[in-house]
Formats: sequence, structure tokens, C-alpha cells
Amino acid sequence: MTKLIIILLSAVFINNYVLNRFLGICPFLGVSKKLDSATGMSLAVIFVMLIATAVTWPIQMYLLEPNNLGYLQTIVFILVIAALVQLVEIVLKKYVPALHKGLGVYLPLITTNCAVLGVTILNIDEGYTFLEAMVNSLGSGLGFFLAMVMFSGVRSKLEGADIPKSFKGLPITLIAASITSLSFMGFGGVIENLFA
Amino acid sequence: MNAILIAVIPVAIIGIICAVMLVVASKVMAVKEDERFPAVRECLPGANCGACGYAGCDGYAKALCEDSSIPVNLCVPGGASCAQELGAVLGVEVGEVEAKVAVVHCLGDCNVTEDRVEYRGMESCAAAEMIFGGKGKCGWGCLGLGDCAKACPQDAICIQDGIARVYTPDCIGCGICVKTCPNHLISLHTAKTVTVVTCSNRDKGAVTRKACTNGCIGCKKCEKTCEFDAIKVVNNLAVIDYSKCTACGACAEVCTTGGIRTFNLAQ
Repeated sequence: MTKLIIILLSAVFINNYVLNRFLGICPFLGVSKKLDSATGMSLAVIFVMLIATAVTWPIQMYLLEPNNLGYLQTIVFILVIAALVQLVEIVLKKYVPALHKGLGVYLPLITTNCAVLGVTILNIDEGYTFLEAMVNSLGSGLGFFLAMVMFSGVRSKLEGADIPKSFKGLPITLIAASITSLSFMGFGGVIENLFA
Repeated sequence: MNAILIAVIPVAIIGIICAVMLVVASKVMAVKEDERFPAVRECLPGANCGACGYAGCDGYAKALCEDSSIPVNLCVPGGASCAQELGAVLGVEVGEVEAKVAVVHCLGDCNVTEDRVEYRGMESCAAAEMIFGGKGKCGWGCLGLGDCAKACPQDAICIQDGIARVYTPDCIGCGICVKTCPNHLISLHTAKTVTVVTCSNRDKGAVTRKACTNGCIGCKKCEKTCEFDAIKVVNNLAVIDYSKCTACGACAEVCTTGGIRTFNLAQ
């Protein structure tokens, strides 16, 4: 149980996918301008990370590894995740139109998001069991959510700030992102010692 | 060769399984979309200005498909031709659509009025207006910080000599600027020759005169000149009743300050 909590918390804070591993930077910069779209995107990412792990972990363990096809991991995972997200979109559109509308364009956008692919591959690399892998995916998704919400707050402050002309737009956004990322460095080593 | 096949075949099989799943799912769980929607959407200009009261052209098209009681003439930029096309697609009666353009009721540019204070706040009329009614001597007029220009979906408004000016040929009459202006200086007019009072100052004549040489001082010369009883001075400001006005321009000729002008707004 302690191990699961450690995995969850370190996925959220220490190994935050956006701010520490620098995966999923595209939606992090692209969709973080407004809080509601940032929230929508993050919820879609949490959702997709969970179902992607639920599908790719068995594929790796019961299909690829027994047949020595581990080197096909990346391409098979991309294929499966893309198909899965499309399938989920069709199902949601039919049975949960409200959620489909809420997730909107973000659901198909993250089919090939590197953060989603990164979670599934790192789950395998870390040698997690199925349950641990699911917890890690949940934590990673929550970490993405945290980073997005925090950064949309930072960006809404930037809107009103008097920024030098040459820094306006993307440059100041990248600088703000790096400083936000620095703040997460402070979590290093905290979680392991909590339970020591 | 074998090594390649061993790699290709599993991936191909997984791909085919996914494809079949998607095909089945999309057939079984297809959501019926109104087949008129693409045709309706095609009729609309796609400016997404929101003048119809719906969230963009997609929203209006969807509403039209779902509810036949919604009038087809709500699209201002599309005008009469758009309404007729929509009527043809949906098979409903077409009401009349008048092309409209925005007019700014202030001509207090930097040549006729002056700044009262130096303003160094946010570049926004709404913000400036909250601080003692803006920087200008006239508290009624254009603040010149361009909220309307930023809101305009067609970039038809620019700030020139410190006041907003509408470039009429580009104006689609969506009315977004009308709602944006914190001093309510912009109104929509039928796109033809119209006579417009280009001042919104309701202060007494002497006060107005000190603030801006273009301002309406409420001298009532226009009121006496008008043959059609169409212009009245209300609260020290000339107001035109457009149901009576013939745009003859007699009032504009006698106006002592040049505050009344006749514009040709036909596009």
C-alpha cells in the first residue's frame, strides 16, 4: 500500500510529466491560456492515460514479451492508443454526449500525445505490476492536471503584465514555464523520506 | 526475410483488429446528424461574429436545423442573399434583412479636443472609463483606446487621431462594437445615406464648448430648420428620429459646430 502511495505522489510531484520529464509540452503551452480549456484538456489526458495503460500493459506482458517482440513496443502502443481513443470517442458520443461535449476537441488531440505514450512505456520500463501501472498513470494524469491549472493561472497574470515587446507571446510563456518547472524541483527527495 | 515478416505480421494483425473494431463501432453507434446541417452551414458566411445571438455560425446552423421556428434572417453579415439561401435550403419564409453598418457618434479627435490628464493605465477604454471617465476633457466621447477595434471581427475599426473610425466597406454590421463601447457611442444604421449627430455630449452648451469644438451645444438651430420634425434637442443633445428623417441634410448645413453630418453609408 505504501508503495502505491509513493508511486502516486512521486508521479504527481517529483516526476511530473510536464515540469520534470518535459513530455506533453505542446498542450501545456497550447491549451493553458484559459482555465476551463486547461481543465478540459487535463481531464481528457487523465482519462486517456488510464485506459491506455489498461490496454497497453496486457499487450506488452502477454503478447509482445512472450514472443520476443519487445522492439515493436513503440509502434504497437501508438497504434493501439490511437485506435482506442477513437473508439472511446465514438462510444462517448453515443452514450455520454455531455462528457463528449465537455472533452470536445481535446480527446482526439491527445491520441498521439507524447505524455500518454510516455506513461505507457515508462510503466513497462519501471517493471510495474498492473495495479502499480494504473496508479502511476492516474498520478501522471493528476500531475498533468496540476501543471496545467497552475500554469493557466501564471499565464492569466502574464496577460495583464507589462512585458517588453521582444518577450511578448511565446518567449515569456517559455520563461514562465521554466520557472514553474524550477519550483517543482523543490519536491525532489521529499516523498521517499515521508515514509522512511 | 523471416525477421521482417515476424515484425510486420503482428503489427498488421493488431492494426486490422483495431480497424475492424472502429468500423463496427462507428456503424453500430453512429449518431444521427441532421443531413441539412452542412448545407445550412455552407450558406452562412463563417465570420463567427455572433450577431445572430448564437455561438458562431456552427451554433446558428445547428439551431436552425433543430428548431424551424427560428428566423433565417438573423445573420447580419450575410444579409438578404444569405437569408434567401437559408430559406431555400430549409424551405421557410424569408423575412426582410437590412444591411447595417456601425457609426461612431463622436468626432472629438485630437484637433478639436484635448486631454485633461495623462493616462498611463491599461490600454482599454473600459478600464480608462472607470477612472474619472477617461483622460479626455469630454467625459462623453470616444476614449480612443480601441476596445471596439479589438472587438471587431473584421478589423473594420481603427483609432485615428485619438478616436475610433469605422471603415464602412469592411463593416458587416454585427453590432459587437456597439456592445463593447463603454460610452455607448456606436450605433448601427441602415446602409444608405443617413444624417448622423456625431456627438454624444449631454453637458450644457458652454461646458461642451470648452471641452470640444465639435460638440453639440444644444442650440436648437437644427430643430428649427428641420421640415419633417425629425430632430429634437433632448438633454442638450440633438437626437434624430429616424422614422421621420429623410437625410436631406438641411440640419447638417445649419449646424453651428459641424456636429451633424450626412454620411453615405451605402456599400
